[in-house]
Amino acid sequence: MNALVVSPLIIPLATLVATLLARRAPRLVAALSLLGALALTAAGLALVGLAAQGEILASQAGGWAAPYGITLVIDRLSAVMVAITGIVGTATIVFALARDEDPARGRDFHPLVHGLLVGVCGAFVTGDVFNLYVWFEVLLVGSFALLVLGGGKRRLSGTVVYVVLNLVATMMFLLAAGMLYGASGSLNMALLAQAFAAGEVPATAHAAVVLMLTAFSIKAALFPVFGWLPASYHVAWTPISALFAGLLTKVGVYALIRIVTLFWPQAGVAHEVLLWVACATMLIGVLGAAAQVEVRRILSFHIVSQVGYMILGLALATPLALAGAVFYLIHHIVVKANLFFIGGIAARLTGSERLAAMGGLYACAPWLAVLFAIPALSLAGIPPLSGFWAKFVLVKASLDTSAWIAAAVALVTGIFTLLSMSKIWNEAFLKPHPAGAQGARSAAGLRPAVWAVTALAAMTVAIGLAAGPVMDYAVAAAEQLATPRGYIEAVIRAGGN
Amino acid sequence: MEIIVSITVGVLVAIGIWMMLDRGLLRVVLGVIVLGNGVNLAVFSAGRLDGRAAAFVTEAGAPALAANPLPQALVLTAIVIGFALFVFALAVLKRSWELHDNVETDRITAVAEEPSPDLPAPPVPAGADAGRRTAGGKRAPSTAGTPAAHEGGTT
Repeated sequence: MNALVVSPLIIPLATLVATLLARRAPRLVAALSLLGALALTAAGLALVGLAAQGEILASQAGGWAAPYGITLVIDRLSAVMVAITGIVGTATIVFALARDEDPARGRDFHPLVHGLLVGVCGAFVTGDVFNLYVWFEVLLVGSFALLVLGGGKRRLSGTVVYVVLNLVATMMFLLAAGMLYGASGSLNMALLAQAFAAGEVPATAHAAVVLMLTAFSIKAALFPVFGWLPASYHVAWTPISALFAGLLTKVGVYALIRIVTLFWPQAGVAHEVLLWVACATMLIGVLGAAAQVEVRRILSFHIVSQVGYMILGLALATPLALAGAVFYLIHHIVVKANLFFIGGIAARLTGSERLAAMGGLYACAPWLAVLFAIPALSLAGIPPLSGFWAKFVLVKASLDTSAWIAAAVALVTGIFTLLSMSKIWNEAFLKPHPAGAQGARSAAGLRPAVWAVTALAAMTVAIGLAAGPVMDYAVAAAEQLATPRGYIEAVIRAGGN
Repeated sequence: MEIIVSITVGVLVAIGIWMMLDRGLLRVVLGVIVLGNGVNLAVFSAGRLDGRAAAFVTEAGAPALAANPLPQALVLTAIVIGFALFVFALAVLKRSWELHDNVETDRITAVAEEPSPDLPAPPVPAGADAGRRTAGGKRAPSTAGTPAAHEGGTT
């Protein structure tokens, strides 16, 4: 069991080393990389299986008890996040197997992706504030290098924006971690949560948490501080920006959920602020998307708007709302990565990412139209796809707590999302290609990319049709989040032997 | 001691933020490193500052004025990570300098938000008709063969 707790860290790390060692044999690198991602998915699913029984798995590195050792904790939320990380990682690697014009890019791609996955999984399983910072840095290093992979003016410029803003955010986080340690004498999340619940911390510790939440808000691209995301995600190579779109902001959302539910489980001022931030994020994100004329930039603004829904679930702080946030996380990672993949295939087939220069896809690639329709309608929240259930639960939770404005904003955002998806549909799929019949390009060499997209679309449909079991899991995960006592006890018990 | 360290942290953070507001990208990156040093110092001061004895516990017990080793370990980690990221930022900066000549934040943002270039024609498998290659080439004459040709971002 202990081995299973560390497996989300060991598997991608081992794959990273193996892919680096096999650097000279591109086919071997790809095979190892795919194998590693599949192993991570399997480990994640095994963890979900264990966590579903209600047990919180905790492990202390080196056997040192909680205040001295480094804690790894896996509850229902962590387990499902690790599993979904493995799934999106696998899809990304399969997508990248499609024929590429630039072999050098492919060689560096695989080790870096696994480096990124180590950081992401580490952030999900750690039970220690400073280690959370370290894992954030690990995933940042991987993401910097991936973003700039391939070079070129535009891509470098996007990377500069991304690098500077993310460095500032991590420094705020480091400062907050230091302040928290100075104020409370501990960095272990469970012990801190215990101290917060007992009211044993000075006011400066609360200030440190506010600073920390601000840093996570930058990472999660919440309302006033989301500008870096649409300025950088669209410059990367398609599989990379899909991986980023699926996972990276969600690490920030996960950290927000974890810290708020552990330290401030009762609804308070912070939740009130988060509620307004969530509403503004949903609305501004979707309105920003309306002004865009390129596929990936539209989708980037939609990431911002969708993150607002998850934070809405966190801000309402009822068990149902938290369950909605967890369900939204699961659904959104799959759907958003898939939309970026499809945007890449559409651009490859039409020769451009600008909507004005695209067209004719419905005529030349009807299969792609179906594959686009599934995640696009799911994103907008059309039943019976996964997005409908996620939005339904969140709107119901807002109505239950009389947050009328939040419910209205959530519904309006859904309508606007549908409008901008139909804009992509009209421009890229229905309209004839501006260059006439020559517009259609061969889909040769794209087969692995289509497999990845099909698998993710099937998952979206499956989550929608099997919403019951998934929602049960999300509700159980929300119960664990709403009562941090189980988490705290699991960590302390793990240190006892 | 605490007062001196606190003032130093404040001054470093102020200088760092001031430099990050500059138009020149080099000063922005240097500002990040100055800010980073201020933050490291702040984390360091989270422990006991005037510990004079090494933090070794003997059978007689812990020394009275032991230094707190934890913030030192934290700062050591943060310095290593910060240094790696700073070097990466400098490398990116150098490369954008080579591509842009002058490096100003406005220019960088403008380039990042330029409309995406048309994709180069996909490589045509051997044996396919040559007509398709020219058709693809016509649509993307300006980008083919330059580094920007790989920017479009499809597979």
